[in-house]
Amino acid sequence: MTPATVETQEELTQAFAIQGLNSWYGSFHALKGVSMTIPEKRVTAIIGPSGCGKSTLIRCLNRINDLIPGFRVEGQIAFKGQNLYDPALDPIQVRLQIGMVFQKPNPFPKSIYDNVAFGPRLCGEKDRSKLDAIVEESLRKAALWGEVKEKLKQSALALSGGQQQRLCIARTLAVGPEVLLLDEPCSALDPIATAKIEELLMDLKKSYTVVLVTHNMQQAARASDYTGFMLLGELVEFALTAKIFTNPTNSRTEAYITGRFG
Amino acid sequence: MTETIRKRPPRRKTQERLVQAVLFFCAAVSVFTTLGIVGVLLFETIEFFREVPLWSFLTDTQWTPLFSDKHFGILPLACGTFLTAAIAIAVAMPVGLLTAVFLSEYAGDRLRGTVKPVLEILAGIPTVVYGYFALLFVTPLLQRFIPGMAGFNALSPGIVMGIMIIPMISSLSEDAMYAVPQNLREAAQALGASRLQTAFGVVVPSAFSGIAASFLLAVSRAIGETMIVAIAAGQQPRLTLDPTHPVETMTAYIVQVSLGDTPTGTIEYKTIFAVGMALFLATLVLNLLSHGLRERFSEKYG
Repeated sequence: MTPATVETQEELTQAFAIQGLNSWYGSFHALKGVSMTIPEKRVTAIIGPSGCGKSTLIRCLNRINDLIPGFRVEGQIAFKGQNLYDPALDPIQVRLQIGMVFQKPNPFPKSIYDNVAFGPRLCGEKDRSKLDAIVEESLRKAALWGEVKEKLKQSALALSGGQQQRLCIARTLAVGPEVLLLDEPCSALDPIATAKIEELLMDLKKSYTVVLVTHNMQQAARASDYTGFMLLGELVEFALTAKIFTNPTNSRTEAYITGRFG
Repeated sequence: MTETIRKRPPRRKTQERLVQAVLFFCAAVSVFTTLGIVGVLLFETIEFFREVPLWSFLTDTQWTPLFSDKHFGILPLACGTFLTAAIAIAVAMPVGLLTAVFLSEYAGDRLRGTVKPVLEILAGIPTVVYGYFALLFVTPLLQRFIPGMAGFNALSPGIVMGIMIIPMISSLSEDAMYAVPQNLREAAQALGASRLQTAFGVVVPSAFSGIAASFLLAVSRAIGETMIVAIAAGQQPRLTLDPTHPVETMTAYIVQVSLGDTPTGTIEYKTIFAVGMALFLATLVLNLLSHGLRERFSEKYG
């Protein structure tokens, strides 16, 4: 199929350029010839029904799927011009540049402080005052500092679901990535916690490229600048969010967003 | 009027009651046997302490109930038990934990499926075989490296006991690590952790209570282990922490007296119940602690 391109009035820098991406879990063909460009410092949403490959797609963007036995990928993903699947590349360095937040809040069973400091410590940061500064800055960026500054030593598992998810965002920001991948980050949260995360995304896109997978169409409409619609492993349509939701080109997109299936 | 649902045949009710009674009886046998054992242990222990004050039992540094100059200090036996168990744990803990990390974090499903049952076969070898292995193979081997080591000593059975309990630690720890949710591993790896950093920075700490439970259970097993130490550690109650000397553990002492011709009702006879009680209390406490830790672990991820 023809690569989806974004019709846009603004001049955007590309963060990711995906070309003819195919991937398999064992013999299951999960992504079928996906091509798209993801712009820098915008929120790009990927929507589609369960099993359409949207999670697989963003899990390819930081090579976290390398860890799944039997997973295979073909095609190209360039991040700022560099091929992510270049065998000479260190996947750990890829993941430090391209952070990820998962569906279910997954803080480590450690203190709030140790959760945020986990990444910087792995990178060899031992200086206490520097760590303190990173932890505070990351928690501020994730709009959690005010709620937890008095109890940094407490277990992260004692936080509410929404707070845990913001902690996971803070933990990801602490290693200083350029991209934030969010895989259905609000599907386990209530509407109020969801609203807080969405508000946070608006703020984060000023400094980060955000890719948001969601099965909640309203969320994509509210929180994203660009939206891609996927179905059965294919990218059906990719355009400005406003266009996708008001005037989709493809009849399958229209059927999905008007609720005729999915 | 036709009946669509048939009435219960009259005999069934009595049948079911009978089955229930038989099943209850079977369950009751093991419960009452346990209570009976604890009862006898308690009774004979009280008898023992009528003749020997608790204080001298706990503080006397000699254990010579079979000699004419009788001393009833449990310390030498407790020390022998502690020494052999400590050696066993020193061997089993690192090896067992690393095996568990390998199986849970590195091995593929097929390899895990093969290695785990093989390891568990180790646990099925009769302990008397381990005992002779310690006495006739490990001790001569060690004597080549440690000149002056006695033929009976704490080191050799300690090491062999450690080998025996490796599968226990590795299997239970692996269960605990395997139960750590996959999304924690992904979170760590998404933050740039390598597999090794994920294993020791996230998985092991997250499974800590389960791993600690397996250690405690292994300690309890080592303390209660009888055959290996009875065969290879010697039977000399000696208050020492030198692993090259012969020692006697609490269990080995009980074997020694039980196999001898000690008349019922004498003080020598009663000593084995007092020692047995001490042993029982030690392993009971360890097992309870281990159980509690495992409950806490399954609460977290259950």
